[in-house]
Amino acid sequence: MPDNADNNLTLQYAVRLGDDALILGHRISEWCRNGPFLEEDIALSNSALDYIGRARMFYGYAAELSGGKKTEDDFAYLRDCREYQNLLISELPKGDFAWTMARQLIMDVYYLNFLSALSESVDPNLAAIAAKAVKETKYHLRRSTDWVLRLGDGTEESHARLQKAFDEIWGYIPEIFELDELEQQLVDKGVAVNTPELQARWQEEIRGILTEATIEMPEVSWTVRGGRSGYHTEHLGHLLSELQYMQRTYPGLQW
Amino acid sequence: MVAVVSNSAGQSDDAGTVDMRTNSDAEVSTIWDLLDEVKDPEIPVLSLWDLGVLRNVEKSLDKIIITITPTYSGCPAMETMRQDIESILTRSGYPNYEIRTVLSPAWTTDWMSDEGKQKLEQFGIAPPGHTKAETQTVCCPRCRSEDTLLISEYGSTACKAMYQCSQCKEAFCYFKVI
Repeated sequence: MPDNADNNLTLQYAVRLGDDALILGHRISEWCRNGPFLEEDIALSNSALDYIGRARMFYGYAAELSGGKKTEDDFAYLRDCREYQNLLISELPKGDFAWTMARQLIMDVYYLNFLSALSESVDPNLAAIAAKAVKETKYHLRRSTDWVLRLGDGTEESHARLQKAFDEIWGYIPEIFELDELEQQLVDKGVAVNTPELQARWQEEIRGILTEATIEMPEVSWTVRGGRSGYHTEHLGHLLSELQYMQRTYPGLQW
Repeated sequence: MVAVVSNSAGQSDDAGTVDMRTNSDAEVSTIWDLLDEVKDPEIPVLSLWDLGVLRNVEKSLDKIIITITPTYSGCPAMETMRQDIESILTRSGYPNYEIRTVLSPAWTTDWMSDEGKQKLEQFGIAPPGHTKAETQTVCCPRCRSEDTLLISEYGSTACKAMYQCSQCKEAFCYFKVI
C-alpha cells in the first residue's frame, strides 16, 4: 500500500521537524527570568513560544497521520533520547547571551530559507505550517541580526564572547545541510526540503552579517553529527528529564 | 491542534473585502453576533472577528461549524478563545458544533477590521499598518506624534512590540504587522 508507506515517511519527517522546534524552543525558554534585562527576557520567552507552537503544529499533523494512534503529547513527552531526531545544534546548552544569539542567527538564517522552501512542499499541511512559521522567523532574524551586530562590533568583551561562540558552534552546522535516506525519499516526492541546496545561500547570508559584525567566519576541521539517527550529545537527556518530568511522574496529567 | 488547509476566508486580504457575514441564514447570522461577545483575553476590546481569528460560521446538516485560525503559532490565548467559543455556544443553546482550526492561508494583521484598529488605538495600543504599505509609521496612541522609537521587538505578548513616544514620552505597545 504505497499511500500508507508515504504517510509513514511524512509522519516521521513531521516528527523530526517538531523535534527541532521543541528542543530549540525549550533551550530558548531557559532564558525566561534569566534574561539580561526585562525586555530581552520577554522577547526570548516570546520567541520560545513561537518555536513551541511550531512544534505543536508539526506534532499535531504527525498525530493526524498516525490515524489517531498517537497524540502530539505522545511525541513530546513519551519518547526517550534515542527516539528524538532533532539536529544536535538545537540541544546544545544555551551558554551565555552571546552564545544563544550566535546559535539563533545561524538557525534564523537557516529557517528563513528552509521554511520558504517547505512552504512550496507538495504536502499542503507541511506547506501551511511553514507559511505560517516563516512570518515569525522574519522577526526572529531581525532580532538576532541586530544582536550579533551589536555584540560583535561592541566592546572587546562582547566581541570575544561572540567570536568564541561561533567557533564552538561551527562544527555542528554541516549536519543541518545533510539528507539521510528518509529525507532523500521525501525530497524525490517533492515533500521535503532539499537542504544541501540551501547551504551556499546560507553561507553567503551569514558571511555578510558576520563581516559587518567584525566576526571571523570560523574554519574548523571537526564536525559532529548524529541527531537525525537518534545519536545525541549528553545534553539532551538532561533537557528531556526537565521537559518530561511532570508527564512521566503523573502520567496523563492535564493542565 | 489540527493542521487543516482551507480556502474559506472571511475578510479578504485585498481591498475588496468579502464579508461572509452578509451571506448567512438567520441562525448563522445569530451565531456571528453571538461570537462577537468572545474577546481576545489579552486585548479585551477586540472580538475574534475584529482580530481576524474567526474565519467562518456555517451550518452543516445538524451542526454549526466554526472555523478559526491562530494568530501566532504559540499564542497561549488561542486555547482560551476556543474555550470561550465553546462556552458561549453551549450556554446559548447550540450544543452541536464543531470548531475547526485552519492554518492556511496564514493569519495576517491585514484581516483585522477597521473597527478593531480604532478600538485598539483607543485602548492605548498602536494599530498595525497594512503589510503592503511601503513604510510603517508607528503613531503614538496618546498624542498621535509620529516621532516614536522602538524599544523592543516584543512586548507583553508575541503580537506586540514596545515603543516610546519621543514627544509625550509615553511608552506604549504597537501591534506588529505580520
